[in-house]
Amino acid sequence: MAMTTTRPASQTARWTKKDLLGLRELSAEEIRLILETAESFREISLRPIKKVPALRGKTVVNLFFEPSTRTRTSFELAAKRLSADIVNIAAQSSSLSKGETALDTVRNLEALKVDILVIRHAAAGAPHLIARRTHTPVINAGDGAHEHPTQALLDLFTIQEKKGRIAGLRVAIVGDIAHSRVARSNIWGLTKLGASVTVCGPPTLIPPQVEQLGVQVAHRLEEVLAEADVLMLLRIQHERQERHLIPSLREYRLRYGIDRERLAHAKPGVLIMHPGPVNRGVELDSAVAEGPYSVILDQVTNGLAIRMAVLYLVSGAPKADEEPA
Amino acid sequence: MVSDIGHRAFREKAKVLDAEAIRRAMVRIAHEILERRKGGQELALVGIRTRGAILAQRLAREMETIDRRPVQVGVLDITLYRDDLSRVAPHPIVRATDIAFDVTDLDVVLVDDVLFTGRTIRAALNALNDLGRPRTIQLAVLVDRGHRELPIRADYAGKNIPTSLAEHVEVRLGELDEKEEVVLEEPVAAGDGA
Repeated sequence: MAMTTTRPASQTARWTKKDLLGLRELSAEEIRLILETAESFREISLRPIKKVPALRGKTVVNLFFEPSTRTRTSFELAAKRLSADIVNIAAQSSSLSKGETALDTVRNLEALKVDILVIRHAAAGAPHLIARRTHTPVINAGDGAHEHPTQALLDLFTIQEKKGRIAGLRVAIVGDIAHSRVARSNIWGLTKLGASVTVCGPPTLIPPQVEQLGVQVAHRLEEVLAEADVLMLLRIQHERQERHLIPSLREYRLRYGIDRERLAHAKPGVLIMHPGPVNRGVELDSAVAEGPYSVILDQVTNGLAIRMAVLYLVSGAPKADEEPA
Repeated sequence: MVSDIGHRAFREKAKVLDAEAIRRAMVRIAHEILERRKGGQELALVGIRTRGAILAQRLAREMETIDRRPVQVGVLDITLYRDDLSRVAPHPIVRATDIAFDVTDLDVVLVDDVLFTGRTIRAALNALNDLGRPRTIQLAVLVDRGHRELPIRADYAGKNIPTSLAEHVEVRLGELDEKEEVVLEEPVAAGDGA
């Protein structure tokens, strides 16, 4: 059995942040610490008893102001595998629909002595606002078109796992960049870890001045296809068509959809990634989504390890003594 | 795991074991483990990260030399099973548990460098239990320094060292550290040795 005695880069890094709000605020060291911690947690889900006592007695609340099945389930399983108790609150079925503000809800949860809040909200910055007003650690599970840090972390983890590195890779993010929190978090994370990122899509779906984030822009898929080590495809929302940002889903598919024929022009060993759920036959054909280059289900598996790592690190951050503003 | 000494100054009081003494201790423990094995029961060594894992590798090599039969070796990280986890901030870094075999029905020998309060071993027993149901679990340590806080003892000990609670036992192994030795250290009193 091989045993590693080399000390990883994160040996000296320590997690000291109360919250995980986005990758923009994290250093490369902190990102690597999360990825390495997740690596250790992955094995737990392969055991016959998929549970460790690390967060025994802690309470995690999934506070979702926007519907979600995948992310919520992933956080729920992550918390359960760490032995935490978890409560799910969905906006549609709570007093939030009776006009209670998000901050009131959070104050009530705080009064119930919960330990971690996992928050998804349609408004960019909502988790940040809440985090500033509570002592309870907040994990952003997606805020508007702003950030979705755990998705980007699981993407980084999957790239690292499959390619053995992130630095020096060419990653193309294809689709609706303008409305995508997944794209934004990935741009922060990938560039911090040394990947070269190109965003690709029709001009209506590329935010102006996106180059300032350190990425290149391409409007034709052919410009990135042959060079990319990783193709990260985003879900095209049907509303974009109604708002005339794209002529039609069919037109989008013709120009940016990945099918077998297009894949033949890609780099051998390219990784096909998608945050899910896939619009089959629009951004990605079924044959490619289920093909040998697709790591879409690995992303789902790795998401669990990433969320376990984040819950573990955030719950262990030193408590601040000062009153929040 | 209670030897959090990062912020305090220690100085060497005595060298307890040198490289040759460590080697002899490992050879002796390897013989003892094999002697105590009754019949053809299957043995496995599980080292507790970090230095216990190194010692488990060494013990396995010694046992294979003596016995000419391969010995399975695994690595256990007990961080998630610590009883003081909710009081430690920031949380310690978690390393992977790497036990590539099913521990159920095996005779498992846990290996660690220093036996002190016994709390690490308590955590290791719980962790092992979540991985399966070994037939027996024994404990081998390089150094037993006393001061148990739980009803736990070593089945094999390289050396028993009387220590005071304030002292610290530093184990250095060639694979990880520059030297190969076990040293007893005492705290430097305030205003002393500055």
